[in-house]
Order: sequence, then C-alpha cells, then structure tokens
Amino acid sequence: MAKNQAAYLLDFEKPLVELEMKLNEMRALDTNGVDLTQEIAELDKRVDELRSSIYQNLTRWQRVQLARHPLRPYTLNYVEALTTGFVELRGDRYYADDPAIVSGFATFRGSNYDYIDRTVLVVGHQKGRDTRQRKYRRFGMPNPEGYRKAGRLMRIAAKFGKPILCLLDTPGAYPGMEAEERGQAEAIARNLFDMACLPVPIIVVIIGEGASGGALGIGVGDRMLMLENAWYSVIAPESCSSILWRSWDYREEAARALRLTAKDLKKFGVIDTIVPEPLGGAHRDPDAAFNAVGRAAAAAMQELCTLSPETLIAVRHERLDQIGKFSEGNA
Amino acid sequence: MAWFQRKKKGILTTRNDQNNIPEGHWVKCPKCALINNHRELDGNAWVCVKCDYHYRFGAGRYFDLLFDNATYTLHDADLVPQDPLSFTDRKAYADRLRTAAQETGMNDAVRAATGNVGGHPVSMAAMDFSFIGGSMGSVVGEIVTRAIKRAAAQQMPLIVISQSGGARMMEGALSLMQMAKTSANLTRLDQMRLPYISVLTNPTTGGVTASFAMLGDINIAEPGALIGFAGPRVIRETIGQDLPPGFQSAEFLQDHGFVDMIVDRRQLRSRIVHLLDLILEP
Ligand SMILES: [Zn+2]
Repeated sequence: MAKNQAAYLLDFEKPLVELEMKLNEMRALDTNGVDLTQEIAELDKRVDELRSSIYQNLTRWQRVQLARHPLRPYTLNYVEALTTGFVELRGDRYYADDPAIVSGFATFRGSNYDYIDRTVLVVGHQKGRDTRQRKYRRFGMPNPEGYRKAGRLMRIAAKFGKPILCLLDTPGAYPGMEAEERGQAEAIARNLFDMACLPVPIIVVIIGEGASGGALGIGVGDRMLMLENAWYSVIAPESCSSILWRSWDYREEAARALRLTAKDLKKFGVIDTIVPEPLGGAHRDPDAAFNAVGRAAAAAMQELCTLSPETLIAVRHERLDQIGKFSEGNA
Repeated sequence: MAWFQRKKKGILTTRNDQNNIPEGHWVKCPKCALINNHRELDGNAWVCVKCDYHYRFGAGRYFDLLFDNATYTLHDADLVPQDPLSFTDRKAYADRLRTAAQETGMNDAVRAATGNVGGHPVSMAAMDFSFIGGSMGSVVGEIVTRAIKRAAAQQMPLIVISQSGGARMMEGALSLMQMAKTSANLTRLDQMRLPYISVLTNPTTGGVTASFAMLGDINIAEPGALIGFAGPRVIRETIGQDLPPGFQSAEFLQDHGFVDMIVDRRQLRSRIVHLLDLILEP
C-alpha cells in the first residue's frame, strides 16, 4: 500500500510523504550503536504536525482530489468490509446490465456496530481500479439501465421489507448518445419519484464523488451520510468552470464557489451526518473508513427501522420540502 | 376581461402590455429567415407564419394562451431568491439575480397560477428561460412544489410548462435537491389520481428534464424543442464526434418513446382541454 500511495501522490501530499520517507529511512538505518531515538522522535513529531496542518486545512479542491483518489475505497470494497454473503443481482429487464451501478442483497454486519446483523439491499456506483476495469465500469458513470436496475431492485427490497443502503460515488450520469436515446433523464426522474415513497428505510452514504443528477438518481433517502472528504454538488467543478468561467482552468475557484464539502452541506441541511475519515483520507486507512461508515449506517438503520412505513415516508417528504433557501413577502 | 392579483408593481405582464409593441418591430426567423412582424407573431402564438418555427414564449404568455379568457390568479410571485452560497464566478450571483429581475420583471424563473382551462380548474406553473436560462434553484423548486401542493389541496389537475437549462449552478446542492423535492411531491398527485400534464418547450435539459418534466402522466413537447439530460456540447465532447441532425429534438424523443405527442403551440390549448375532458369527464 505504501508503495502504491507514492505512485498516486497528490501535489499537496508531496512534502508530507517526503518527510515520512525520511523518517522511515532513519528508522531503518543501521545505527552502529549511535542512538538516534531523539532525532527520530523529533522527526516523528514534525511528520505529525505537517500531516495535521495539511489535512485539517484542506481546500475544497483538495478534498475533491481526495474524493477521486485512485486508491480510495469504492462501493464493492465497502460491501466486502461491511457485509457477508453479498449476492449481486443484475439487469434492468428492459435492455442491459450496467456495471457502473452494482446492487444486491447481503447481510449487513450490524452486530459489529452495536446493532444486529440483517439483510439489506446495497445499491452503489462502482468505479474501476485499472484501465480495463475503469472502461468496463464506465468510470462509474451510469447509463439509464443502471438507474432502472437500481429502481427495480429497490422495489423488490421494499416488497420484502429490507432496508436499502445506497453508496454514491460518480462523476455524473454518462453523457453519451445512447444514454439519451434510452432516456437518461426519464430513468433518473423515475427513481426520484419511486424512492420518495418506498416503504423501507433508505440510508444514503456519499463515499466519494456525488455529481449531480447522476448521484441523486440513487440518492433519495431518510438519512444522508457523507464522508469527510467526499463532495456532492449540482455539477463537477471542472464543468462549472467551463460553463461559468468559459475555461477549464478555474476548477479550484469553482470547487470553492459550489460549497460542495460535507461541512458545507451539513450547514445547508442537505446532509445529516459527516462521517470522519482517517487523517489523509479514506485510502490511507481503509479499515478505519469502513468502520466509520459501518457505525454511522448501523446507527441510522437502528433508528429508522423502528418507524412505521407511513411515518418513514412522511418524514422523508418533510425533509425534502424543507431544503432550499429563499425569502418571502416584502423581505 | 383579464384580471390579475397585483401583489407587486412591475412583476406582472398583462396581455395588453405584451401587445403594446409598435408596428415597426420585426424579427428574423432563425429557421427560414423570413422577417416576421411582432404584431403578427403575437396573433400567431409566436410561431413563424411561414415555417412554423416556435419562438421562445415566456411564462406569462403561456398563461394567457392556456387559461380561459386569459384569466388567472398568480401565486407566489413574492418568493425571492437568496444567495445562500455567496456564489461568485466572473460575476456575483447576487448581481446576476438583480440584473435578471430588472430585465424580466420577475423574481425568478418560474410563475405559478390557477384558473380555468376549458372550464376545468387547473394549477399551472410555467418556467421562463429569460431568467438565468430558466435554471432551477430554491425558488423554482419551491414554486413548482407549491403548485403541486395547490393541485393536491384543491383536487385540480397540474400543468407544468418546462423551459430550462437545468438545475442552477449558483445554488449548488440546494438546486440539485429541488429535483428530489419536486419529484417527491408529484407522488401525492399520483396517489390522489389527479392528472399531471407536462409540457416540454425549447429547451428542457438537465435537472429539470431529469425530474418533474419527464414525470407527466402525459408528456407533450413543442415541435423542434431541444430536450435531453446532458447538453449537446458535453455529449459531443464525450464521444468526440458531431451529433446527427435532430438529435435530442422533440421528434427524437417521441421516436424513442419519451413524449406522448408533439403539439404545435397554436393547438396546445385545444389539445390540453381535450385531454382534460377525456380524463376528468366520465
Ligand atoms: Zn420561419
């Protein structure tokens, strides 16, 4: 992992990783009886300080980069860590199976997180790890079939009374010709409509990128959890830059303007819970990220599973109705 | 006799205002290059007299066109957008809002009204592209939502005229969530078995298409309207080739099964009245 990490270094991580490498070298040094304990302790302290100063003051654009880190855990990594017996179910029954969205039943290991083990439906965007996989998964950008598969399986989950766990991680719905021919807009709209009234708890976790309608298309729920370094907005910073600044060069400014971090969205009432990540991002300690998500999802599930379907749906609608900022009358 | 609830000076246009255009105003048809006279276009629902090109038509004009005797009550015209993100690109969002309000006389990109259509009481919302590209932020989402709730509360059919570049970037995720909010509210009408007619006009793209515009019991499109999720430029850049002529046109959507019919604006009112008659009468 350490070697991998060095291969995918983000610009702002470089000074830290250089210092970390220096520390490791010093630790491995054949000291010939010379005591370096003091030096090592000091360097260790400097590494800690640098790490904190970098990661506790991340700009919004830096968080976007972390959310896209090629080693960041993806949906199937969470499935493996948080569930047992995952059975993937495929196809929209109309046209095709879309590998950019994965879904299936599994046993959520709730007992690891002060809850109970129980069957859930997992639905999530899936990105690929290498070139071949990335292409196969279409970079996590679904076609209409992906949304229709998700919709079909969520209705089945509702029929059998199983809670739904949605994991959001997409740069957007795929903007291709075939996607338009087969009704990308209709597929997303239909899910928004259907998810609003599913009589089972829906827990949404934004684990990486949450771009626009492509994310929202499997993202209507009762609890919105968001990883600390994930982003969620109406448009990706690059596209926003290209439209509003008429240049691709203003992605940092666009990221700042869009207020797309977990902290921002908590303030606006779009999400409920910020799920903390290990310092440096989920990829630096995936197990810590899995546990944090597991704990937050278990807590939400425990709370929601006590509600009647009627209450669940009424509260879900109320929650959506309250989102938005405007003034009224002579204000 | 047209009458309006006047809540604020300068917000409403009336039929008289719109017709109050001097004889000498001419506009070239972008399709056939015919020079059309404003007054003539006014009498033809802003459809080119030669080639049937549909000019852009504002929210107020749709109300005048569709409601019986151009008579209706406006609602929620006093909802004013804020700038929750303090958004600035090359221009501050607050300034964009101010300019748009001055130029259009509207507070945001949608209007809501109730009135009769063919004798049936109807709740209607009409978007207006002239206000920041008809984009949907908090106010648009809220006004459409209230139009839906009004339909539900008074057991009326809902008609929404869409005309939008999509969700509004300058309100970030708040704009995005309006897609979920409006769509969730439409489930009420569905459960109450109240008809929802969606009219998609040029252009209807992005988050508006991917929410309430595509969810009509009946989807009607105007001829030649651009309708889609991704914009043509984005698709072109993704696939690296030019798009075939007519791609994402109303006709393309009808061919692929996403709109029920394409209706010339001059027949829009009679077609909607007929549909309401068929659905609401025994
Ligand atoms: Zn013409």
